[in-house]
Amino acid sequence: MSWFKSFLNSSIGKKTVMATTGLLLCLYLVVHLGGNLLLYAGPDVFNGYVKNLTAFKPLIRVIEVVLVIIFGAHIVNGLRLAIENKKAGGTSYQLNRKNENSTPSSRTMAITGSVLLLFLIVHLATIWYNFQIEHSGGQFFNIITGSDVGLGNMFIAVLYGVAMVLMGFHLKHGFQSAFQTFGIRFNRHGKLIEMVSILFWLIIPAGFLSIVIYFGFMGGAN
Amino acid sequence: MQITLKVWRQSDANSPGDFVSYPVDNVTEDMSFFEVIDMLNDELVLRGEEPIAFDHDCREGICGTCGIFIDGRAHGPLQGVTSCQVHMRSFTDGQEIVVEPWRARAFPVIKDLAVDRTAFDRIMASGGYISVNTGSSVDANATPISKHDADEAFDAAACIGCGACVASCKNASAMLFVGAKVSQYALLPQGQPESKERVLNMVATMDDEGFGSCTNTGACESECPKEISLEHIARMNREFIKASLG
Repeated sequence: MSWFKSFLNSSIGKKTVMATTGLLLCLYLVVHLGGNLLLYAGPDVFNGYVKNLTAFKPLIRVIEVVLVIIFGAHIVNGLRLAIENKKAGGTSYQLNRKNENSTPSSRTMAITGSVLLLFLIVHLATIWYNFQIEHSGGQFFNIITGSDVGLGNMFIAVLYGVAMVLMGFHLKHGFQSAFQTFGIRFNRHGKLIEMVSILFWLIIPAGFLSIVIYFGFMGGAN
Repeated sequence: MQITLKVWRQSDANSPGDFVSYPVDNVTEDMSFFEVIDMLNDELVLRGEEPIAFDHDCREGICGTCGIFIDGRAHGPLQGVTSCQVHMRSFTDGQEIVVEPWRARAFPVIKDLAVDRTAFDRIMASGGYISVNTGSSVDANATPISKHDADEAFDAAACIGCGACVASCKNASAMLFVGAKVSQYALLPQGQPESKERVLNMVATMDDEGFGSCTNTGACESECPKEISLEHIARMNREFIKASLG
């Protein structure tokens, strides 16, 4: 296993971990958004959907453990890279026209990622936690749209909104960057990857954001 | 033209440095940026001051010796040129131009604008070569190479090792340099026997030298005077992953 350890500790190994876990998290977003969009179908459909999921509890728990591992690897590795790269840079330039050679989204991955981590902690401590202790089974829709731990709380609604915009920003660089890391960004694939990337940095975050706006600010649940 | 050069002055590797502003008169727009520094240095010598140290050699944009962060960009405001090919017509009369050395932990400042880039030499020594038997030269057509591969290998080999990629990268990553060096051999049959050790050793040396990790911002490609493509980094990643797996 020593080759695996030295691979993970190499510069290319670390970015391979970021790319692999990042793409897996992107796939998870698709599933997550699919469920969330059922909120638009009303309380009965959404509550029924969550209840059905609880029928597969053992499977859900396994998926949650896998998600914790993927998120953990992405976060720990990301923070480690950010700290090491800061050190490698040394003294800052007095004048550095970064906008001439790179995009803001590519330079702010650690910052947008950190805000997303904050969002994740709040999200798990509120919605996820309350879903676990909700036994009557009928209130899932309400927890999200009307309660103090969901979009009924203005602070949480604003945090969710900001987080979704930043997630789009994070994925604008992150998604296509993962393919470059794997070494499959040839000229002939570049256009295709760019098109699929729109799904992940624009359409999916916009889908989540629409739920925040509709239920958090437009009174969609009433 | 009259311009002001705000130059990083540092007497040696262990002293703290600082910026010093020098107004320079009688500059014409046809002068190269280095001729202006030469002119200023003549003046400094006459005044009994220490001239500004900076690396330069061919002054034709082909040797890779020069490398200065000029006005907030590696090799100045133009694309696809080295510092020696920057001319004063790129600036305006009365402008203050900030002049800094490459900034990276792996490129410590030796003096003023000159930095120590021997980390690149050590990366090359760890695998940037092919081993061949000496003797009479091999027949030119003994090893056929497709035009496409030959062109790509040549594009990679155009790297002059100036270090602009490291200087412009927010992580001070050397992956465009190492990617180009790995690619130029990976694309050719002559590079195959040592391909696995080459990429593993060169990446290990790069990491040991204190360069950062690539986060694919693309700043290196934009600032590279030889316009080396990010595709070479992608190829190095592929070679490295392949070599690590078996």
